[in-house]
Amino acid sequence: MDIYWEPVWLTLKLAGLTTVVLLVVGTPIAWWLARSTHWVRQPIAAIVALPLVLPPTVLGFYLLVLMGPKGMVGQLTEQLGLGLLPFTFEGLVIASVIYSLPFTVQPLQNAFASINEQFLEVASTLRASPRDRFFSIVLPLARPGFLTASVLTFAHTIGEFGVVLMIGGNIPGETKVLSVAIYDHVESLEYTQAHWLAAGMVVFSFVVLVTLYSLNGRLQSGLVK
Amino acid sequence: MAATGIQARFACKVGTFSLDVDLDLPGGGLTALFGHSGCGKTTLLRCMAGLQETRGIMCVNGDEWQSESGSRPVHQRPLAYVFQETSLFPHLSVKRNLMYGYRRIPHSERQIAFDQAVEWLGLSHLLNRMPEKLSGGERQRVAIARALLTSPKLLLMDEPLSALDQSSKREIMPYLEALRDNLAIPMLYVSHSTAEVARLADHIVMMDKGQVIAQGPLQQIMARTDQPFGLEDDAGVILDATLAERDEQWHLCRADFAGGHLWLRADESLTIGQQIRVQVLARDISLALSEQADQSIQNILPATINEIATEVSPGTSMVRLLAGPTPFLSRLTSRAVHSLDIAPGQQVWMQVKSVAIVD
Repeated sequence: MDIYWEPVWLTLKLAGLTTVVLLVVGTPIAWWLARSTHWVRQPIAAIVALPLVLPPTVLGFYLLVLMGPKGMVGQLTEQLGLGLLPFTFEGLVIASVIYSLPFTVQPLQNAFASINEQFLEVASTLRASPRDRFFSIVLPLARPGFLTASVLTFAHTIGEFGVVLMIGGNIPGETKVLSVAIYDHVESLEYTQAHWLAAGMVVFSFVVLVTLYSLNGRLQSGLVK
Repeated sequence: MAATGIQARFACKVGTFSLDVDLDLPGGGLTALFGHSGCGKTTLLRCMAGLQETRGIMCVNGDEWQSESGSRPVHQRPLAYVFQETSLFPHLSVKRNLMYGYRRIPHSERQIAFDQAVEWLGLSHLLNRMPEKLSGGERQRVAIARALLTSPKLLLMDEPLSALDQSSKREIMPYLEALRDNLAIPMLYVSHSTAEVARLADHIVMMDKGQVIAQGPLQQIMARTDQPFGLEDDAGVILDATLAERDEQWHLCRADFAGGHLWLRADESLTIGQQIRVQVLARDISLALSEQADQSIQNILPATINEIATEVSPGTSMVRLLAGPTPFLSRLTSRAVHSLDIAPGQQVWMQVKSVAIVD
């Protein structure tokens, strides 16, 4: 049974960790993109959106080079005594964070942009500092955006394949996630096992999206009604 | 720099609009910032609050909020701001909206208790509602209470009634009057409505194209013959009077003011001794050179002509009169001024056709 559950567990762990990291990293980026009028906003927005259009292999290739023994990141991690990141779970998390970045940032950016600026002005006249305003006004009003961002990021990370293959390879228990496991089964003509995992993915994705849509509908009607 | 009052000096450009004001305002009572839309009154209010960042000076009763050397951010200024549209936080109940500012000021600075503000604005039955379940008037009352609960040193209101329908306006007006009479802090009230200003203001600042064109006590400004705000049809004076006597037979009341008295219709809710605010429009005052008893007008007062502005518009003249210390305005045709041959200093009789209570 381990042969099934190990990749499933690894995948969930990767997706969960990636989502948490991205919510922390993506929120300030999204806030800045939603509010800034600086000219670098457009180039930054384009960089954030790049993973949407680039083939995962391209992304994976550059990450592999960067994090490898001759890459800048690789040399840094070695100097810090962390070793090299490719073909490790940590390396996968970093790659997933970059790969799923737009799936966190864009919903958050939209949610932030739709918040009426006047609420922030009102809060400032009620003695709330900028930080206080963010936590007491922006976060609660952007709740639907956070839900969408979390679910999309989580689901997208679960579905990633190309980047994992480029950077993580196929090490059981370390980097062999679901999508790679399915690929492996098909390669070795183990169609039954492939079916189980593939069908599981389809059901999982469907359930996630249905939950997201209905929750979002309820949240939004609760706010606007 | 004076230790009391409000000093506000701002010069800024927003797009093609430029604001340039230098004001010394009273440190108490209600000051109306009055003018047509686009005259810069809201921009001025936002500059005072610090919502619009600009260079300038802002000092409230000796407390310097902004000077040439620096500016305190909005959240560190002890002010309250009531916005034009509904500004309640949609994710918080009425009670939590009220608490938002209240719990952000130190205990020692709280001068208005939570229950007191709730009572003043009649909100006790609304505390657990969400903002979406409130009427426009109720929302604005919550917004006013929420602002007051920060125990401000200056209350800024940006056309708080303009987004409301007539009945909601009537509902809120008494609350605003009560605040004006009970709060010891200065209030600045942006409005383009003569009715609101006539009813609420003690002091008035008139603005046009980003500049102050006139300012002073309401009564004096309203009694100017040049009518700087171009409201000739509605031109008229505001008097603070005391209800002195009720004539049950004719359903009239006598209102005494400095320099005379006027008879007017007053409903039963008013009591003898009560302070009222009365408006007398310039178009409702005609002049006679002698006291004429054989006519229908009941309010006939002796007055001295103070100033005559001929041809304020084609064929129309504006005459300023003094009954004792109290100024009145009379709008006459220029031909009438010519044929009566009146001049400043002359004694005449004012025939007041109509008097309205605004307060």
